[in-house]
Amino acid sequence: MRTLKFLLQKEFKQIFRNKALLPLLFVVPIMQLLILPLAADYEIKNINITIVDHDHSPYSHKLISKITASGYFKLANYVIGFNEAFDDIEKDRADLILEIPQGFERNLIREDGAAGQTDGEQLYVAVNAINGVKANLGSAYLNRIIADYNADVRMEWAQMPRFNLFPTIEITSSNWFNPTMNYRFYMVPGILALLVTMIGAYMCALNIVKEKEVGTIEQINVTPIKKYQFILGKLLPFWFIGIVVFTMGLFGVGWLVYGIIPLGNLFLLYAYLGVYLIAVLGLGLLISTYTETQQQAMSIAFFFMMVFILMSGLFTPIDGMPKWAYVITQFSPVTYFIEVMRMIVLKGSEFANIKTHFLIMVVFAVVLNGWAIYNYKKTS
Amino acid sequence: MDTVIHTDKLTKRFGDFIAANEITFDVYRGEIFGFLGANGAGKTTAMRMLCGLSKPSSGTATIAGFDIYKQTEEIKKNIGYMSQKFSLYEDLTILENIRFFGGIYGLSDKQLKEKSEQLIGTLGMECEAKKMVGALPLGWKQKLSFSVAILHEPKIVFLDEPTGGVDPVTRRQFWDLIYEAADSGITVFVTTHYMDEAEYCNRISMMVDGEIKALDTPAKLKQEYAVTSMDEVFYRLARGAKRSE
Repeated sequence: MRTLKFLLQKEFKQIFRNKALLPLLFVVPIMQLLILPLAADYEIKNINITIVDHDHSPYSHKLISKITASGYFKLANYVIGFNEAFDDIEKDRADLILEIPQGFERNLIREDGAAGQTDGEQLYVAVNAINGVKANLGSAYLNRIIADYNADVRMEWAQMPRFNLFPTIEITSSNWFNPTMNYRFYMVPGILALLVTMIGAYMCALNIVKEKEVGTIEQINVTPIKKYQFILGKLLPFWFIGIVVFTMGLFGVGWLVYGIIPLGNLFLLYAYLGVYLIAVLGLGLLISTYTETQQQAMSIAFFFMMVFILMSGLFTPIDGMPKWAYVITQFSPVTYFIEVMRMIVLKGSEFANIKTHFLIMVVFAVVLNGWAIYNYKKTS
Repeated sequence: MDTVIHTDKLTKRFGDFIAANEITFDVYRGEIFGFLGANGAGKTTAMRMLCGLSKPSSGTATIAGFDIYKQTEEIKKNIGYMSQKFSLYEDLTILENIRFFGGIYGLSDKQLKEKSEQLIGTLGMECEAKKMVGALPLGWKQKLSFSVAILHEPKIVFLDEPTGGVDPVTRRQFWDLIYEAADSGITVFVTTHYMDEAEYCNRISMMVDGEIKALDTPAKLKQEYAVTSMDEVFYRLARGAKRSE
């Protein structure tokens, strides 16, 4: 116990004296949490649209103003020929082209035909698919706006019959747990989870490897310090710092800045965080036992972080991934933590709901640390 | 005489390479034992085995009466070690380093306080006690790390080229510290490349290509090889080496 006290004292002194490390631990994560959620937003605005209007009628104008008024589209250009419009796409000035054919108005509201019938009118949309997400969402938004517009026109012209001759199914969805579909609610807990992971895995690995590099670990190894004491002396400070940073992020940024108030039990959230941190610190420890220099440790940790960032369901839903990728996500502790974060913070899930997640994380913690401790050698 | 280090055919292999080949020797209590050899002769490997940092491939040894295979933790309580690389924490102050290393060897708060005052007094570092160790000149660092290595009053202290890169005056002061430690009953096991330092040792051993080729007092070795200085003894023995850096 006394040995551990000296180890912890030393470790904290060193961490708080390291002028390069301190901002990295406390300032950078907060900055990232302030900036990243604003950028990592699935909602796409400012889609540049070029409109080719062959009709020049009040109805085509109405459609155009409906599109531009939606807030998603920016009218990049308004031209008379498709070739000109395509030029915009080639030069990257436009993401979408909407072509309104001649006779649009006439066909739409001609008295003899049923207004808004599917075969009544043809609009042509061309998409610049280099940025796949933008293109996809753009055309989806546009479809929606046009459908809406279509319904408006119908109301105007075809309201008369008592019975609706063309029953349509309209879908109204209500967004549970995030009623305004605010992406920040979704991203902030996820990004916070990732930041805590970086602190755990990176800092812990680098810290130990630094002692190897400088040679002080040799001095430690000739002392009667026990393996577990040394390892605890390394893990505890970062475990503690991880919890502090998490708290700063959750309340300082999540609550104050983004207005995210955790719905679930905080004790449960912190209990999960505690186990999770042990698991990722174990990973850091494991990396440190396989590397000799900070550079090596950094490269390996970076590799894991890449996988964690891209394959933990932070940006892309894991259910949509191919089978093999899905399997990989299940071996990333981050996946579970991001899920649990979202479940507890946004949904208010209780222990019964995250029991499996808890169990899996305990297994991660035991396996990673066990492996690392086994692999850590005082003698060579 | 008490034997504090006893080795019998101690060997360390790295694959095909035999770094230390059947080393056999005894070191007695209170003695300054010089461990000489060219670069790559296997000195550090041998020393690392004796400190419990490296597992021998074969042979036996006892350090301070403890078995090198089974009682490594007991050995660690009874030895001090100062490696080639400076290995105190540069981002801790002198006092904090003393406290830390004293603390993990189990010294009480009272002992820590007394010891650090005493140590800083002997080294004349009163003004620097609260300075970061990284800011000290090399010679001071070496003296400090030696003092820290014997803080817990070990039976044996292992010094691996302790005076490398240090000026002659500081080296002399360093050896004063070594004598002091030996006088207080600590056995000193030291490797060096300086032949004048070899003369200061009670007995020296010469390692060539992983084997001990000579072991005696400096005077007898000079006599045996019919030369006047340790330099020549070293040269004669090391010339036959097949390994080089």
